[in-house]
Amino acid sequence: MTLADTTTAVLEVRDLTVSFPSEAGRVDAVRGVSFDLLPGRTLGIVGESGSGKSVTSLAIMGLLDDNARVAGSIRFGGDELLGKTDAQMSKLRGNGIAMIFQDPLTSLTPVFTIGDQLIEALTVHDSRMTRQAASARAIELLRLVGIPNPEKRLKSFPHEFSGGMRQRVVIAIAMANRPKLIIADEPTTALDVTIQAQILELIKTAQRETGAAVIMITHDMGVVANIADDVLVMYAGKPIEQAPVDELFADTRMPYSIGLLGAIPRVDKAEKQPLVPIKGNPPLLVNLPDACPFADRCPIAVDACRRKEPELLPVGGKVEHRAACIRAEEIRAGYIDGHPVYPVPEVPTSALVRTPREERPATLVVDNLVKTFPLTRGAFFKRRIGDVHAVRNVSFDVREGECMAIVGESGSGKTTTLLQIMDLAQQQDGDIRINGVSVADIRSARAERDLRRDIQIVFQDPMGALDPRMTVYDIIAEPLHTIGESKDRIETRVDELMDLVGLNPAHSDRFPTAFSGGQRQRIGIARALATNPKVVVLDEPVSALDVSIQAGVINLLDELKVKLGLSYLFVAHDLSVVRHIADRVAVMYLGSFVEHGDVDAVFDNPQHPYTQALLSAIPVPDPRIERTRERIVLTGDLPSPTEEPRGCPFVTRCPLYRTLAPEQQELCEGVMPPLTGEDGVHVNACHWR
Amino acid sequence: MSIDKLADPLEHGDNPPPSETELRAPGRKRLSKWELYGRRFVRNRGALIGLGIFVLLVLFAILGPLFQQFDHIELDFLALSDPPSPEHWFGTNNAGNDLYAMVVVGLQRSLMIAITVAVGTTVLSAVIGAAAAYFRGWFERVTLLVIHFLMVTPTFLILAMISNDAGGDWRVISLVMILVGWFFSARVIWTLSLSIREREYVQAARYMGVRGFTIVMRHMLPNIGSLLVINFTLGVVSAVLTETGLSFIGFGVKLPDVSLGSLIGIGANSISSAPWLFYFPAGALTLLTVSMALVADGLRDALDPTSAAGGRA
Repeated sequence: MTLADTTTAVLEVRDLTVSFPSEAGRVDAVRGVSFDLLPGRTLGIVGESGSGKSVTSLAIMGLLDDNARVAGSIRFGGDELLGKTDAQMSKLRGNGIAMIFQDPLTSLTPVFTIGDQLIEALTVHDSRMTRQAASARAIELLRLVGIPNPEKRLKSFPHEFSGGMRQRVVIAIAMANRPKLIIADEPTTALDVTIQAQILELIKTAQRETGAAVIMITHDMGVVANIADDVLVMYAGKPIEQAPVDELFADTRMPYSIGLLGAIPRVDKAEKQPLVPIKGNPPLLVNLPDACPFADRCPIAVDACRRKEPELLPVGGKVEHRAACIRAEEIRAGYIDGHPVYPVPEVPTSALVRTPREERPATLVVDNLVKTFPLTRGAFFKRRIGDVHAVRNVSFDVREGECMAIVGESGSGKTTTLLQIMDLAQQQDGDIRINGVSVADIRSARAERDLRRDIQIVFQDPMGALDPRMTVYDIIAEPLHTIGESKDRIETRVDELMDLVGLNPAHSDRFPTAFSGGQRQRIGIARALATNPKVVVLDEPVSALDVSIQAGVINLLDELKVKLGLSYLFVAHDLSVVRHIADRVAVMYLGSFVEHGDVDAVFDNPQHPYTQALLSAIPVPDPRIERTRERIVLTGDLPSPTEEPRGCPFVTRCPLYRTLAPEQQELCEGVMPPLTGEDGVHVNACHWR
Repeated sequence: MSIDKLADPLEHGDNPPPSETELRAPGRKRLSKWELYGRRFVRNRGALIGLGIFVLLVLFAILGPLFQQFDHIELDFLALSDPPSPEHWFGTNNAGNDLYAMVVVGLQRSLMIAITVAVGTTVLSAVIGAAAAYFRGWFERVTLLVIHFLMVTPTFLILAMISNDAGGDWRVISLVMILVGWFFSARVIWTLSLSIREREYVQAARYMGVRGFTIVMRHMLPNIGSLLVINFTLGVVSAVLTETGLSFIGFGVKLPDVSLGSLIGIGANSISSAPWLFYFPAGALTLLTVSMALVADGLRDALDPTSAAGGRA
């Protein structure tokens, strides 16, 4: 690695524009992006879906479709990239410029071993390299990215690796030829938080090793605060604010960036302030008028905003901080003329909240829930060779007007728990009681239908959960038809519900495709509320939405809970959202709760080592906190849930376990820790906490 | 990221595009699903033409006998193999039968057989295929066993034997054709339904307490609607062809009863000496299949939520 040349830019992008032809007209996906990238620096490009951030990266790689029109200039090490043929670009890709894609499951070829793929990446750019030399280098690379036992793993196929491990291999391939520039397109979005923390660390390592410049494309402000040196915020294909990371977070000037930051729930803040959603939606990138593209959504727009599109100009007398807003000089840290740029919406409080928890009736009681899936082998005669213990002995209760959240990594069994409850599954040694009625008492289909009135579900994917062949009216009316409401009553109730979730009742004769993601989720919520249920089960209701939209849906859920006195059972992997919305939280690991209690107690004073690691892995959208934060990075992945562990299921990854004396470790390995602590307030399953 | 994602105005954002926030005045009556489908169908010109042709054919089959001067079994010995004339509009065959009367009757038969068989097989295969996928378990296994068993039996032979026994009665022929024609499409529908049954809206309906059979009818079948429509049109065409084949080998509709298939079979033999015997029934058959194809196209577009109409009326 040479440090001599750190002042000349690796990559110079000037006035990059990309447009695509479409049936509606020319789509201007990128409209004038310019930046310089110095060696060893990291540029974070943030924006919502459709803001043109991925198209920018593909333009740099020369991977756009043939029908894309690219103009401007991209100079890599002084060499103009635009106008190069695909064959010329191939020499650069993977060699000078490397790319890490979002989905590690699809970016490796399943039919070749990872060794073959690594060696291919090495030899394709260096034909003189012998196979021995290449495989020695491959082993070195795998060791560098932290894959244990690399000599053996070289012969493994991608499916033998977990998602996080595969992303490590992808990074190893990206590092293989010591590129000068690594482009990472949402590299951690598909991964769990604990794995995300590992991968972000690894990208930093890769950068240190190769001295490369990194372009980090993400929608997560926390990731930006963690890894970036400079930030470029994109909106409607144009950079609207560009600054060093500290500047951007401390002194945000452009209203859109302020809105983006205000819309994120914070995992490290306890106060329950409503989030600030940005109203409206991004403009179509077809025939944009010469006006600020954000003006229609901006709370402080003036007439001048609509006259001319503002240029990206330096603000506050600093050359490196530039914003595209004519009022940027007036804005200081989210305030303009002493008022916040975004007025904070009011959220009502209810009398229920003031009633102590113990005095409120329990609407959902789950006692000792167990679910095992049989593991079978054999094509014709299925032999049972083991069990997958998806959920083990989970017990909790949800009171009226309360939101209980279950958090955990993928594979921890949180969704299975939900589905067991929704299936009203009979339990061997346990029980599920909804509003006082036990599922064991269900004798007829009629009794089941009656019970289902009280518990309804909202799904994760707002598109998949709505039948595309039904109009919104029919969708919302379906649960009402099922319980046998009269036609007139349904008619008024549907209008009422549409109004309740903030949709125009006049739109009820449209099909769901005519609505945006956030609106579809509102339709899903309206359907769930149709029968006036006591409990609403929410399965990752906001994880498929953009942040500015997500804030609106979270506020709606908050408001409905208070207005209608609902109980929520909320499943999420995003702990910031959970902190914002939940009253009680349970942390799930390998099918059982490891910590359970009041949300502030658990988040402010996490006791179980797993909870501590989980919380420390979440990036906070504040670069100063990010830099000084002590992070517990868990090693390894979730172990397989097939075997029944005798002791604590977390021993394989536990950081505390490694610091214990041998006789203390024996206890961990031999005895399953029960949930202990202050009952009903905060309990954890660790022998030593 | 793909280009259509960039171009899709509905993919993100929380409000509909400003241009259409008020698509209709608040006081107007809400349209039901069927009104919507109707409007979209009517907007498709090809579909309307197809529907027009089909209606004309049906009217011709029903009202045609009012205008005929001869019965279809009546023999005119003064006009053997005569070309079209004012007396015999479509000409006559070598026995002196009036072709106009025979085409009217043949069209009646063929329409009845084709529509009955197409509706029968489509409904049967759709309900059985989708239900097998939804209910899983033993119901699915038994259904698949039956389908696979039927697939290896020589059904055309069975069809020929039974229809011969019945003396060429078109009702028996259509019934048997339904019974031997449903399983291939049922298996295709089962495969497609496998992915539909995993959709969250099916799960959502189940969690609302909607009955299983209602879910199959309300959520699963509409979502394979385009396939069913195509199945139906192809069913009409293939029913006519099967019946033609049967008539050709002498096991189908028997004289004096006629169908378009048997008329074409006879006409094909004398295409050089008396071409009108082939062209009139063949023309009727072509119009029938073309109109069905146009109608099917229009139906598919009207029912498809992702079609150019974009989920709106």
